[in-house]
Amino acid sequence: MRSLLFIVARSLRQHLLSTIITVISAGLASGLVMSVFTVSEQSRTAFTGGDIGYDAVLGAKGSQLQLVLNTVFHLETSPGNIPWSLYQEVKGRGDVRYAIPYALGDNLYGYRIVGTTREIFDVFEFQNGEKFRFQGDGQPFDEGFQEAVLGSVVAEKLGLKRGDTFRPYHGLQYMPGSAPHQELYKITGVLEPTNTANDGVIWIPIEGIFRMDGHKLAGGTEEVERGAAIPDEWKEVSAVMLKYSSPIRGKFMQDEIRRGDSATLAWPIASVLGTFFLKIGWITKVLVYVAYLVVVVAGFGLLASIYNTMNERRREFAILRALGARKQTVFSAIVLEASAIALLGSLLGYLIYGGILFGSAMIIREQTGVVLDVTSVHPSLLWTPLGMVVVGALAGVIPAIKAYSTDVARTLA
Amino acid sequence: MPLLELRDVRRAFRSPDGEDQLILDVPSFEVEGGQQVAIAGTSGSGKTTFLNIIAGLLAPTSGEVVWDGDVVSGMGEAKRDAWRARELGYVFQTFNLLGGYTALENVTLGMMFGPGPDRAFATSLLERLGLADRLRHRPAQLSIGQQQRVALARALANRPRLVLADEPTGNLDPRFALEALGLLRELCREQGAALICVSHDPRVLDDFGDALDFAVLNRAMAEEPQGS
Repeated sequence: MRSLLFIVARSLRQHLLSTIITVISAGLASGLVMSVFTVSEQSRTAFTGGDIGYDAVLGAKGSQLQLVLNTVFHLETSPGNIPWSLYQEVKGRGDVRYAIPYALGDNLYGYRIVGTTREIFDVFEFQNGEKFRFQGDGQPFDEGFQEAVLGSVVAEKLGLKRGDTFRPYHGLQYMPGSAPHQELYKITGVLEPTNTANDGVIWIPIEGIFRMDGHKLAGGTEEVERGAAIPDEWKEVSAVMLKYSSPIRGKFMQDEIRRGDSATLAWPIASVLGTFFLKIGWITKVLVYVAYLVVVVAGFGLLASIYNTMNERRREFAILRALGARKQTVFSAIVLEASAIALLGSLLGYLIYGGILFGSAMIIREQTGVVLDVTSVHPSLLWTPLGMVVVGALAGVIPAIKAYSTDVARTLA
Repeated sequence: MPLLELRDVRRAFRSPDGEDQLILDVPSFEVEGGQQVAIAGTSGSGKTTFLNIIAGLLAPTSGEVVWDGDVVSGMGEAKRDAWRARELGYVFQTFNLLGGYTALENVTLGMMFGPGPDRAFATSLLERLGLADRLRHRPAQLSIGQQQRVALARALANRPRLVLADEPTGNLDPRFALEALGLLRELCREQGAALICVSHDPRVLDDFGDALDFAVLNRAMAEEPQGS
């Protein structure tokens, strides 16, 4: 065994450039496979993990998924609005612990501004048992003033802090060059990071959305005059986040809502997202197949790399045989060398995997606010390197057979 | 009992036109333990084939190579490999050093297939051969004469009982040829190893004094001149 390791180590050193290139290729393949499995699994878990602190989302007639993406992850556009009266109705139900309105229409440099009530800070749980907490001496907004509370990512990215002011921009997307609304909002606090999509949101009083300069109410027909009271029938919300006294109550409400024709209840949220991931599961499959293909290509690359050196190394093998090395020793040396390259590649693969995972986690956090658990260990972290070593060993077999069958006397002649 | 004995050893090769050509036909050849034998032969006379058959690198078409009472050609391949590593040292005409290994590694590598690596002994051999400051040099960084001495050290590293030398001075400057030969013979004597040295270099043959004529040893040469 010692002689084998000695021969392999010297060979790797002697063909250093080809070794490095092949190791990188194997590392990329290994890292890619581990990343695809881990990122897809982590994304699915993070988005459907069910650790959301409320049970259902009530919104306009349309897609449940769109409702969930809109309110839970603050993605997508709202499917429409529901009347204030419906919000008041569900809020007053005995089986509803809390109902928090969610109104959209503005942004600050791309960060979504959500109009809501103070309940978002007082009773709302963004995760089970977890309420928003303020950084430092931050405070919730006062519903009667133009005040705002910033998610931690918004504050960090825009460099805003308590006491600063800003003017919202109309729409959910920031259009460079567009003029902001006239209203000036004062920041009363910045929330502690929650590692959820809520970190990328700016919360303001719902009245602020209704009264924002240029906003039309009552189905886009009425605009509120400054200082005037807003009739309830003009008011609309994009969605209502609901927490029941018992989660199963969502089933009863869903049946009631379905009988009507004006709203949709997304319930249970995890199930809605699970369906979504089932629908886009083919993307993961395609990525997995691509990753496997990369492994196969890396395997062939390894084979070609070793095979190409065989002619120059045939004499080396003949010398080893003349010195007393057994045929099996030469065969094993080649297979071991290929396996060692694959193993080194797998070790490099962990670095590449780490890079891809952290990169993906950052992008996903930036885009959605959702944080992947980069410390979780997917089984692919074990079987991918093992599989890579097996692929490497198999790639070494053909060159090894060639070395095994070297005619010593003729080669040394 | 002789250390090495060849009995009616023949070796034929198939020619491109499909006919078997007899290259080697040695009815009898013996070497005693510690004996030093020089064999004179011209290039292409089958001397290397003769040595390769003794070393078990090439199987005879017929006949037997007997080592200390055991028929080498009757051993299994693995046993023959182990026997070669343990009992034989081989100095090739072109040295056949491994380019990716240092001088010391070239010597210890052969030991790995035999009794096991002994860096101290390998180092002492190389020092003895004047390569104390070249241990970590690779063959390409050594002169031809230095490469030859590394090859000598490698052949002797396992304390073999027989050393085969194929034109050991063929690639050497005349100034160093006799020096290298002297070292080889001296080290073989010190280790008690027998030596078979084939060469067409008159200086080598003169040094031995009583060289065997390969043309007499190999009856195939009498019938038809052949290439090795």
